[in-house]
Amino acid sequence: MPTTKAKPPARPRKPTPRKPEVFKLRLYVAGQTPKSIRAFANLKVLCEERLKGRYQIEVIDLLEHPDMARGDQIVAIPTLVIKLPQPVRKIIGDLSNTDRVLVGLALQQVG
Amino acid sequence: MIHKKKARQPSSRTLPKSLTGIQGLDEITGGGLPSGRPTLVSGGAGSGKTLFGLEFLVRGATQYGEPGVFMSFEETILDLTKNAASLGFDLGRLVTDKKLFLDHVQISGSEIEETGEYDLDGLFIRIANAVQRVGARRIVLDTIEALFGQLPNPGILRAEIHRLFGWLKEKGLTTVITAERDRPDKLTRHGIEEFVSDCVIVLDHRIREEISTRRLRVVKYRGSTHGTNEYPFLIDEHGISVLPISSLGLDHAAPAERISTGIDRLDGMMGGKGFYRGSSILMSGTSGTGKTSVAAHFVDAACRRGERCLYFAFEESPKQIIRNMRSIGIDLEPWVRKGLLQFHAARPTYGGIEEVLLVTHKQISSFKPSVVVVDPITNLLMVSTLNEVRSMLTRLVDFLKTQQITALFASLTAAGGDLEASEADISSLMDTWLLLKAVEVGGERNRALYVLKSRGMDHSNQIREFVLTSDGLRMLDVYLGPEGVLTGSARMSQEGREKAAGTFRRQQLEGRERELDRKRQIFEARMAMLRAEFEVEEEVIQQGISESKLLDAELLQDRGQMVRSRDADASAYKRAGSAPAARKR
Repeated sequence: MPTTKAKPPARPRKPTPRKPEVFKLRLYVAGQTPKSIRAFANLKVLCEERLKGRYQIEVIDLLEHPDMARGDQIVAIPTLVIKLPQPVRKIIGDLSNTDRVLVGLALQQVG
Repeated sequence: MIHKKKARQPSSRTLPKSLTGIQGLDEITGGGLPSGRPTLVSGGAGSGKTLFGLEFLVRGATQYGEPGVFMSFEETILDLTKNAASLGFDLGRLVTDKKLFLDHVQISGSEIEETGEYDLDGLFIRIANAVQRVGARRIVLDTIEALFGQLPNPGILRAEIHRLFGWLKEKGLTTVITAERDRPDKLTRHGIEEFVSDCVIVLDHRIREEISTRRLRVVKYRGSTHGTNEYPFLIDEHGISVLPISSLGLDHAAPAERISTGIDRLDGMMGGKGFYRGSSILMSGTSGTGKTSVAAHFVDAACRRGERCLYFAFEESPKQIIRNMRSIGIDLEPWVRKGLLQFHAARPTYGGIEEVLLVTHKQISSFKPSVVVVDPITNLLMVSTLNEVRSMLTRLVDFLKTQQITALFASLTAAGGDLEASEADISSLMDTWLLLKAVEVGGERNRALYVLKSRGMDHSNQIREFVLTSDGLRMLDVYLGPEGVLTGSARMSQEGREKAAGTFRRQQLEGRERELDRKRQIFEARMAMLRAEFEVEEEVIQQGISESKLLDAELLQDRGQMVRSRDADASAYKRAGSAPAARKR
């Protein structure tokens, strides 16, 4: 760590402004399976709690758009792709483990 | 072999098979992989699993009208295309022709958070979509086990992979699933072999004495007989070739046509006509006995007949052979230029014996020669065991016979070894066996040749000396001495002795003739002398006779005069004139 320069007086910007990031989420499902329905429900609840007003969810049914599976390299269903904020991450499963979903969304430190 | 064929027929009725088009594999499996079922191809890193899968699809698409899908879990499409190009497969064209679909399934484990139950429907949909796009009948999952490293919860994954195999079977897709084998006691790292019960093939790449060999073994083939041996295989620019040892039957044709050895007097030793076309000839001898020279004559003769020759030189370079053969008056270079003669020179150490066999096969298949020379086969022993060489030669000889190619195998025998015993193994494969040997007599080493066996023809039992002259190999007359064939100086001295004896006899004869002449002359001279003496005597006698006659006449005349003078009775005298002697004078 460079120590030559005196530490500038505590940067006040640290906690506050955090430009409200928009979460662009894409949920891949394959038909109306119980897992898919559960995943969407879990996601909806979580977003409403933590990201109210700053999220978009796009649900893609691969049965209707099979070609799209290749674009996002989808293998497992359900898969949630976090397009924004960067970097792109993927979360698989029915999103029932809320803690792990939050880790995946980078809204909670692992621990 | 016969019962193998028999067993194959009912099995192919009950179990439909899809030809892989991989050279040799379809023979081992009796018609290919089980149609509409998964086959597990397992092997260590670098054993050729991916290429196996690729070739299975490419051959299916190009030769059997069965489009395919390649699901790659490891390599990118770009890498795959590049690798396939090294085998001579143009994946890009097949993809644009909609005969092949490539999909790279790429998951980076670090991006994944597992948050609950999941399934592999995404993969199912991708596969279904790919299959539908090209109307695929074949599919390859190239190391689906890679998913274990990328997706959490192995329990779910195993169940899903099991479901996937069932689903592929339901769809009637002929599937190849590759798997990494990292331990000898297990076929796959994650035990997915238990889901594949139909056919399991193990590929192996091992290094023995610094020489690598690839091997393939069909471990399991439910509902079908299959070759159970380990079969060597090779990957080269034409794909994979597996060579089954004994899949060829002994039913090749046996032409009665004979072809010249290129050496008149050697032809003469074999009924005057030379080798049978399509036969295999072993020519063995210690070093420096002229094996290559005999081979060169044979090649030269074949090229003169306008036939194509393939010369496998395992010891000398083509240039060296051409140069050396010029010294005995055979110029092979024009044949090379005309394209009738092709050399293939390589040290067999490079790549092992299977490589040699495969290269040989490929060269023969592409050049289509009617005469093949392998010089020498003994070099193969350096890279392999006798057993392997024998099995390789069996396969090679069988192959050559089915193609009706006449083959001459030169074999270098260790000096001092028993010529006949050391190659007994190989010789039984051969139709004709020429033995070249050095005969050491009287401080010289001379070359001799004999036909040890030659199936189906009358052949000479003589050991013949030959010399290498600037006009080629010349076989000499046979001189038999008390210790066998005479060679070199011994032969020459024998020739000299015979010459001397001949001269002596001739001189004797001439002497006798002269004596006879002389005797005749003497005889004639004596005859002439006798005649002369006789003539002399005759003359004397004749003279005497005529004198006495004259005397008689004179006497008579005288007496008449006396009578007349005495006036005697002349008439009385005339009457008794014939007996004047009775009267006293």
